[in-house]
Amino acid sequence: LSEHDHGDRGHHPEPLAPVEARVAAIETVLTAKGMFDPGTLDSIVENFEHNLGPLNGAKVVARAWVDDEYRDRLLTDATAAIAELGFGGPEGDHMVVVANTPDVHNLVVCTLCSCYPWPTLGLPPAWYKEPAYRSRAVREPRALLAEMGTDLSDDVEIRVWDSSAEVRYLVLPERPAGTDGLSEDELVGVVTRDAMIGVARL
Amino acid sequence: MDGVHDLGGLDGFGPVDAPPTEPVFHEEWERRAFRANMAMLMAIGPGGARFRHSIERMDPVHYLGSSYYEHWLTATATLLVEAGVTTKAELDEKAGGDFPISRADRGSPPSDLTTTTAPRFAVGDLVRVRAWHPPGHTRAPRYVQGKRGVVARLDDAANLPDAEAHDGGLILNPTYSVRFTAKELWGDGGSDGVTVNVDLWEHYLEEDR
Repeated sequence: LSEHDHGDRGHHPEPLAPVEARVAAIETVLTAKGMFDPGTLDSIVENFEHNLGPLNGAKVVARAWVDDEYRDRLLTDATAAIAELGFGGPEGDHMVVVANTPDVHNLVVCTLCSCYPWPTLGLPPAWYKEPAYRSRAVREPRALLAEMGTDLSDDVEIRVWDSSAEVRYLVLPERPAGTDGLSEDELVGVVTRDAMIGVARL
Repeated sequence: MDGVHDLGGLDGFGPVDAPPTEPVFHEEWERRAFRANMAMLMAIGPGGARFRHSIERMDPVHYLGSSYYEHWLTATATLLVEAGVTTKAELDEKAGGDFPISRADRGSPPSDLTTTTAPRFAVGDLVRVRAWHPPGHTRAPRYVQGKRGVVARLDDAANLPDAEAHDGGLILNPTYSVRFTAKELWGDGGSDGVTVNVDLWEHYLEEDR
């Protein structure tokens, strides 16, 4: 391909097409080439919208809170332990779970792109993919966490995990005080997406 | 490549705008862009490395000024053009204006590399990330190149993205999680009590002597 075929904006004085028009253009091209089967594609997208999400990760966390043997398996071989609850697949084939303690706080980021554990957390929120989070999580995590509402004392060690290869991370938050009387199902409702990314504590 | 996608440690982006809840797709076009991306991936099968690099090759101003689903849309268009499925001119015409695609691939696969699955390093080994700043795709972020760390975990061997992204084939190479102190990464600007684990292919590492 010549440089001209590539996106050198300086050679293309015409205005940027609206993003909706660009999406429609791609759909037209894919359809004309027989590469676009809306039925199959919609079922994939609907799976992301309705079946993959932080509720799955919350079930993993709640199980680990009530079952010490499960917790041990989760921290030793997370992919297998998560599969016990029926969750797995793309972006979840190599899972590592990192546990918070009173002295250690874990924070997950993908500085290079948007890697995220789809089977347990779903698709990432917009802020997780944007430059502010990706640039600062590895550079000034304590200040970033404080800004996002999680003030950690200076004696809490922060471990940041940049998912730059195949592993995808899930944070195991500490079980909050005052939840002794809750059932496993009720505990699921206590767990938040942000706590499993590590930008919040419960 | 030392592109704007390689964001770790940059300053100036301000606070994180994190609403308490948000929909999976903010607008209908995002859902459709995601769907079209899936269709492209199924039709062409570029693999993760080539896909990621097609985003990294975006014009940096466009990259920083657009949302992630627009990145995916641009990658979809770029890979379709590069596969010969369509042309930029056709996309411009159908979109009724400029349909920006990514710049040309300037990378080349590493030479003299064969599949290796037996790890050379063990947990606890001191390693240094090579500093080579390739013009093509790599998963060794700029902020750890040249830095010293400790092997914290051995992971499975995986295809080296630096080769896969540039027609270098599927070359298995061990992967590790390497722990760096914030002081090592950021000098006097780093804090005590902060470590950063970065997951790296063995090809990126050398013994720290």
